[in-house]
Amino acid sequence: MDISNEYAVQMRGIEKSFGTYKVLDDINIDVKKGTVHAILGENGAGKSTLMNILYGMYHADAGEIYLNGEAVNIKNPSMAIKHGIGMVHQHFMLVDKFTVTQNIILGNETANAFGIINMKKARKDVIKIVEKYGLKVDPDARIEDISVGMQQRVEILKALYRGVDLLILDEPTAVLTPMEIEELIDIMRNLINDGKTIIIITHKLKEIKASSDDCTVIRKGKVIDRVKVKDESKQSLAEKMVGRKVRLVVEKTPANPGGKIFEINDLRVKCARGIETVKGLSLSIRKGEIFGIAGIEGNGQKELVEAITGVRQVESGTIKINGKEIQNTGTRNVIDNKISVIHEDRHRYGVVLDFSVADNAILENYRKAPFCKNGFLDYNARDRFTEELIKEYNIKPERCKGTRIRRLSGGNQQKLVVGREVANNPDLLIAVQPTRGLDVGAIEFVHKTLVRLRDEGKAILLISLELDEVMDVSDTISVIYDGSITGIFNQKEADEQKIGLLMAGGKENDENA
Amino acid sequence: MTRMLKILKKPVTCMLIAIFCGFVVSALILFATGYNPTQSLAIMFNAVFSRPKFITNVIIKSTPIILTGLSVAFAFRTGLFNIGAEGQYIAATIASTVVGISLDLHPILQIPIVILSGVLVGALWGAFIGFLKAKFGIHEVITSIMLNWTTLYLNNYVANSARFHKPESDGTYPINDSGLTMILYNWKFSEEGRSFLKNNQTLNDILLKTDLNIGFIVAIIAAIIVWVLLYKTSKGYELRTVGLNPHAAKYAGISVNRSIVFSMLIAGALSGLAGALYVTGSSSHNIHVLSMFENNGFNGLAVALIASSSPIGCIFAGLMFSGLIYAGQSLQFKTGAPSEIVNIMIGTIVFFVALTQIIPVIADKFTRRRSEHVK
Ligand SMILES: Nc1ncnc2c1ncn2[C@@H]1O[C@H](COP(=O)(O)OP(=O)(O)OP(=O)(O)O)[C@@H](O)[C@H]1O
Ligand SMILES: [Mg+2]
Repeated sequence: MDISNEYAVQMRGIEKSFGTYKVLDDINIDVKKGTVHAILGENGAGKSTLMNILYGMYHADAGEIYLNGEAVNIKNPSMAIKHGIGMVHQHFMLVDKFTVTQNIILGNETANAFGIINMKKARKDVIKIVEKYGLKVDPDARIEDISVGMQQRVEILKALYRGVDLLILDEPTAVLTPMEIEELIDIMRNLINDGKTIIIITHKLKEIKASSDDCTVIRKGKVIDRVKVKDESKQSLAEKMVGRKVRLVVEKTPANPGGKIFEINDLRVKCARGIETVKGLSLSIRKGEIFGIAGIEGNGQKELVEAITGVRQVESGTIKINGKEIQNTGTRNVIDNKISVIHEDRHRYGVVLDFSVADNAILENYRKAPFCKNGFLDYNARDRFTEELIKEYNIKPERCKGTRIRRLSGGNQQKLVVGREVANNPDLLIAVQPTRGLDVGAIEFVHKTLVRLRDEGKAILLISLELDEVMDVSDTISVIYDGSITGIFNQKEADEQKIGLLMAGGKENDENA
Repeated sequence: MTRMLKILKKPVTCMLIAIFCGFVVSALILFATGYNPTQSLAIMFNAVFSRPKFITNVIIKSTPIILTGLSVAFAFRTGLFNIGAEGQYIAATIASTVVGISLDLHPILQIPIVILSGVLVGALWGAFIGFLKAKFGIHEVITSIMLNWTTLYLNNYVANSARFHKPESDGTYPINDSGLTMILYNWKFSEEGRSFLKNNQTLNDILLKTDLNIGFIVAIIAAIIVWVLLYKTSKGYELRTVGLNPHAAKYAGISVNRSIVFSMLIAGALSGLAGALYVTGSSSHNIHVLSMFENNGFNGLAVALIASSSPIGCIFAGLMFSGLIYAGQSLQFKTGAPSEIVNIMIGTIVFFVALTQIIPVIADKFTRRRSEHVK
């Protein structure tokens, strides 16, 4: 394609290496003005790196960037902003204690001759943008008091306040609830109608279908294909992305559950603010069963997991594994009773970002044989174990055992966590949003792993905000609402509408369901 | 070229560059204040290296700050800021002095008991701060600063107490000879020793003119032990995990609170060891009334910073720091340059070390610029 001013962005021959590892190899991309352009690719394909280059955070080793047909040299993010490019990162960069308005004007304050900020005008400007694009946020709320979805809007507002024409969204929906995702797509439409251009990185094919016009598929740092989204199906997009056939639906045989192994009885737990958020919850899981909990965020899922894993005090009720009560016995005892967890927020709970991949691989077992002998770590055993994980779980780049895990792409970090927890050979594996931020290939892999464990006779507790995931993977599907389980279904009888209703707090009419 | 850039990114190179910059800036300041910089630097160099005695003194003086540096570095690696090293050091000197005066056993018992009493008290001082943090969530910097002052006044109380105060002095009696840790202490002052040393100028200089003691060896062993503890044991892994991500540590079954207390206990013990070895190894083997801190603990902060919290690095950083102080005194004596000049020098070096983070970034930029050129 020729360089022309019909295109908001054109990148030509972009190359980038980290050390000897070539992350981007001769990337060409053309984003038409006034469209939503999706970038699709596996974990570690180089999507974030490419966008960071466009935004001036990284510098390409080679290649050119054209904005509206003109060559530019973007040296840093503030130059990017001057050129009308804004970016919303997956991890927000907001000041918790500041209000929405303060955050938006930060670094771009309009001040009078005496250096005093004109807050009134700023607030008015913010409200103007809020109204124009339907970005409902309270300009006076403090960041720490608003939800993640709201915080993301503040990031978008920040970019709009600076007058950007091109907005880059890096995995904007990974942290959002289904409701919030729909609202985000509406906001994107409003922006497009106003003549802006959007580049979106996401793994969720459904969202690409719902929001995007064009799509560039990247695999291992190379552009594989450029397509019109309306000509493609989810299946075909997925296959382009990973380069092989993938099953978007989970393949599994009917469950063959054994005896009860894990049981929660009338559990009550208070959240950090002292309010009871788990209110008399009971459930039981059998060997060889995947037990799913669907529900909207904030209905006690977080405290439930914290209570099981022993990091939060249980007020009353029991938690039993293999007939043994484990509530309030401490995390170490829970781990020793063969319960493993794949955490939702891996950066916070699942890994130590500044440890090497190998050190992260032994996070829970560092004090056990073979990794520890007489109080001393056996680094050879650790490295051998890590190499096995890297091979078995196809973690990229292959020779990463000594690199800090921070350097791995999100998907590869998650693969390590999954591998580590599965290697614990747990009796109960708790998976909380285990596929957050993963590409379809990796999702397929995680789901397959869960099913494999089930078939080995393990019990699995799957907690997810994504109803599709719970419905597809679980053998038994339950709904959590306001701190208790409000419905339990067999996978065969589960009905999406009924479950959706329960998730929203509706009552169940059919008693035997 | 690429190879050179790679070398540039190594931490040790950064450190050396920082030290070099520190010297350059100091030379500029000397020049600006009217002193001949080359001459001054030569004086400083000679002050450290011209006689065995000087080198020995630098080594002796480095012992306490290597150990307090280790204390700070260790705590830092486990996520804690041990600004209380000063208080832990003073507390240990009090304990060792009191025990060293009160007891008089055979050296084989006396020396370990005197040293261990200091170590123990330092450890308790540290653990107390850790406990307050773990139990009540009070930040260690606040409690440390308060405890530093409390300890200073406790020191003055003991130094003035009827039981220990030596009349017509500002301090206590020295500890009993059985607790002294100077190398060949009895022999070097004996007839035989003196006549032997008379014939060996170097040894004479090292042994007779200084308080050469076992402290430095102990400090090196301590540095190695700390390194092994941090990087080779499962306990160290645990402590580092807590330091880098307490949330993940908690979910991995590690008791964060217990780790905090344990870390501060070890950090306190290291500072305590510094104090104990000072009392047993360097004259005047006592404590005296302090009007202000002597900075043995605070200098440890600088040592740890220069060493970027590497235990082995603390040995070299401590030696350099001690050398600078020693050289500075000599410079002041010989040229009349203010002692502040040395403080400025140390300050600049620490400042540049803190800045070294930038060097890899600059090296990166350079690489990029070159590749653009190639194009
Ligand atoms: N600063 C860095 N140093 C070294 N390697 C890096 C660095 N940043 C990224 N990488 C590597 O570059 C590759 C591409 O990373 P990038 O974050 O662009 O992937 P991605 O396509 O955004 O993946 P994901 O969907 O998982 O977020 C990964 O293999 C990653 O390990
Ligand atoms: Mg990414």
